[in-house]
Amino acid sequence: MSHPQAASEFLKDQAKAKWHDETLWFVRDKRDRISKSIPEWEDLRNLASEIKDNVLSNLENYLVEFEKNALKNGIHIHWAKDAEEHNQIVLGILQKQKCTAIVKSKSILTEECHLNPYLEKNGIEVVDTDLGERIVQFLNQPPSHIVLPAIHLKKGEISELFHEKLATEKGNEDPAYLTNAARLHLREKFLGAKVAITGVNFGVAETGEFVVCTNEGNADMGVHLADVHIACMGIEKLIPRRADLGVFLRLLARSATGQPVTNYNSHFRSPSPGKEIHIVLLDNGRTAQLAREKFRNSLKCIRCGACMNTCPIYRRSGGYSYGSTVPGPIGSILSPGLDMKKHSTLPFASTLCGSCTDVCPVKINIHEQLYEWRQEITKTHGELGKSLSMKLASALFKSPLAYKISGNVMRSALKNLPKSLIYHPINSWGKGRNLPETPSESFKAWYQKNRS
Amino acid sequence: MSSRKKILNAIRGISREEKPLPSLPDYGVSGNLEEAFSQSILGNKGEILTTLELEAWIKEQRFEKVIALAAGFEQYSNFETPSDPHELDDLNLAILEGQFGVAENGAIWLDDSQLKHRVLPFITEHLVLILEKKNLYPTLHQAYQKIGNEFSGFGLFVAGPSKTADIEQSLVIGAHGAKSLRVVLI
Repeated sequence: MSHPQAASEFLKDQAKAKWHDETLWFVRDKRDRISKSIPEWEDLRNLASEIKDNVLSNLENYLVEFEKNALKNGIHIHWAKDAEEHNQIVLGILQKQKCTAIVKSKSILTEECHLNPYLEKNGIEVVDTDLGERIVQFLNQPPSHIVLPAIHLKKGEISELFHEKLATEKGNEDPAYLTNAARLHLREKFLGAKVAITGVNFGVAETGEFVVCTNEGNADMGVHLADVHIACMGIEKLIPRRADLGVFLRLLARSATGQPVTNYNSHFRSPSPGKEIHIVLLDNGRTAQLAREKFRNSLKCIRCGACMNTCPIYRRSGGYSYGSTVPGPIGSILSPGLDMKKHSTLPFASTLCGSCTDVCPVKINIHEQLYEWRQEITKTHGELGKSLSMKLASALFKSPLAYKISGNVMRSALKNLPKSLIYHPINSWGKGRNLPETPSESFKAWYQKNRS
Repeated sequence: MSSRKKILNAIRGISREEKPLPSLPDYGVSGNLEEAFSQSILGNKGEILTTLELEAWIKEQRFEKVIALAAGFEQYSNFETPSDPHELDDLNLAILEGQFGVAENGAIWLDDSQLKHRVLPFITEHLVLILEKKNLYPTLHQAYQKIGNEFSGFGLFVAGPSKTADIEQSLVIGAHGAKSLRVVLI
């Protein structure tokens, strides 16, 4: 389904769409307020961007350094060229452990690899432990936002779901009550799991450690009770020095939710005695994106979600309208690199207002890359309808006489023609838009009458 | 060819301009560190207690299982730390020592040397951290300078109780981890 089609599905429930828009704007506003309380905010964004530029320009060396240090610390390292190999590696570790049930904390990367259905097909029970992720997992849905996975749902829907799945009181919509029910349910899962999977926020080349940030504490509850911790990590997640974490942790939570830091920031450097840590380093299109010079710096992304919260299109069309693992502006510049045909409408799901670029903590020029993708896509899959009208418009604007005549014709036509003709399906601009009231004369005619 | 080799070769084959690694300036915060730190903890939905207030609170709560590993607070322990961390499931309170705190965000650093089990600060129902006032730093930049490259298998910045806002953005304290964080500055 194209983005406009999926967005109109979302907009059918107007009250919910309005709530979605306002709630994400509220998060964006919190981000603004807290960022303004840090005088060096813009310096931090510049630093973060420069550090990531340096990482991308030396990625091969940092990966080798990270691997060397992690191995020295007793961590197992695996390399996966694509999603399939990633999933096979994870399954292999589970089978070696004779493990049939795992707990997993929020990881966009495992969503990208469709790890859950793969493991389930192979007889493994997967329990997502972030509250929002557990909710969408119960519904068999992917997350609709990378930081707020269940932002498209209202508490009434979650109450009904929990009544069915966790036997909570019918009609009790109190978030504290529902959260506690999930706490009790997931506590059992944490205590029973032999293997826990997490994503990775940052990998530090000079120490071989990696950092995982949560507010719920679910990643830590999982990994410290399990015998084996599998951390799934994109190759672009590296930073050179431990001290660089100071820059990134100051930016991440403030950009994501407007809080000064996530409540739990765990640094994993070596396993506890008798336990194992595995890191799976994944490419899956990242080296291809690195090779595209215009789109290279999209790999700086630290997955804070700020570009989604601020985007006037995302807020009004919902995460699912994008049909890609990472939705919103950043998803619209990452996803066409993975499958240009499938995601061909995403770079057009933007007003190019540039707000995404303004809030990005690592200064990715998102709106410029959206524009660049439009050029690439139109070259490959041109749109007939719009290109025809653009040619027509170009002819009119080139000739003053044609412009004058067409102006007169259109002013009278728009007033007199039936609506069914003006809002004909061929006119894609007429969908969801009203034309302005037509003036009785052109500006030129008005000026000649009044000012000459 | 192994995937490792394939990935590294693919990257090596991409011509890129060398971009220098910037040096990190030393940003601070203005004003009193203790005041700023306390405000941060309150903002993160934690509490600041005096030693006397802690004593009164523990007396009032009559917890069944308490593990106190912080120096000078061992008298509150009434439960031997088990060798299997799963047995901590019904632990009511852990009192641990924080190495240092960060004024700008309330983050407190702990590592393996403070934790008999890594799961301890998460699985306990309530968490109390003892922190010396002299160990407060303005921002995370000074905090990471302080940590340096000291080796610990696990290190943690904890800044508040476990929380979530995944249901309609309503803040709920006590998602999976500790339902409260109390900090005693000494």
